[in-house]
Amino acid sequence: MNQPSPERVLKGYLLGFTLCLVLTTVPFVLVMHGQASRNTLLAVIFSAAVLQILVQIRLFLHLDTSPEQRWTLMSLLYTLLIVGILVGGSLWIMHSTGAHMM
Amino acid sequence: MNMASSSLQSPHEGHDSASNVTFGFWLYLMTDCLLFASLFATFAVLRHHYAGGPDGRALFDLPGVYVETLFLLLSSVTNGFSLIAARQQRTHFVLAWLFLTAMFGMGFIWMEVGEFWTLVQQGHGPSKSAFLSAYFTLVGTHGAHVTVGLLWMWVMMIQVMDRGLTPRIQSRLVRLGMFWHFLDLIWVAVFSVVYLSGML
Repeated sequence: MNQPSPERVLKGYLLGFTLCLVLTTVPFVLVMHGQASRNTLLAVIFSAAVLQILVQIRLFLHLDTSPEQRWTLMSLLYTLLIVGILVGGSLWIMHSTGAHMM
Repeated sequence: MNMASSSLQSPHEGHDSASNVTFGFWLYLMTDCLLFASLFATFAVLRHHYAGGPDGRALFDLPGVYVETLFLLLSSVTNGFSLIAARQQRTHFVLAWLFLTAMFGMGFIWMEVGEFWTLVQQGHGPSKSAFLSAYFTLVGTHGAHVTVGLLWMWVMMIQVMDRGLTPRIQSRLVRLGMFWHFLDLIWVAVFSVVYLSGML
């Protein structure tokens, strides 16, 4: 296994911290002070969250597409699929139920 | 000896068994992810069911949540530093960084318990509405995970002092690191879905 040097790992953590700090601060500030519309704010909140999660997976959990981590990545993608079905499906079903009960 | 350089590549006490252990722990984290997914789904469905009680806008203190978030983010980074120090066999640095990580983690739990306590004192406990039940269950489950992670961290500090940075201890530190980073990931989803979206 070709492991990165401590210096590179350290730089990764510092870069990750900076990116996460920005991706946390921007949505908080916009929600607290912003005059933006609800839809704009939702778009900012969720794109910042997705970006931050990707940054943390890459720079903190050090997951990449190398062959050694193929199964780790596969299990993550499969989990994300199930999470999507679970959360999306629940919202869809309950929304339909609500609509029919009106 | 390239130990603990990263969270997903672990030390080799017999190469295959060590990477199997890491992968097995990763699979546990994935199942934990599904547990949180079901709680998120529940919260998403019930988020507007206030039963005449208050909504998120009336209850949430965003500056406080921001500070909590910074505590967890800082603790994730200091935990990473402890893994780098472990790889370099610097026992004192490992202990110092783990201690700092635990302090940030305890700061997070302290603020969360304070928030829950205030809500319950104001009569906005979990039984007030479906929204609050889902809120306390989701955020409380995350907080319980952080608490377990903190206990684990103190145990590891004692083990590092007691036995030094043996391959076995290093491999445990790597898994603790994975667990801790994972909880920060879940928290990103929590503050985005529960707190920020709840203010809109």
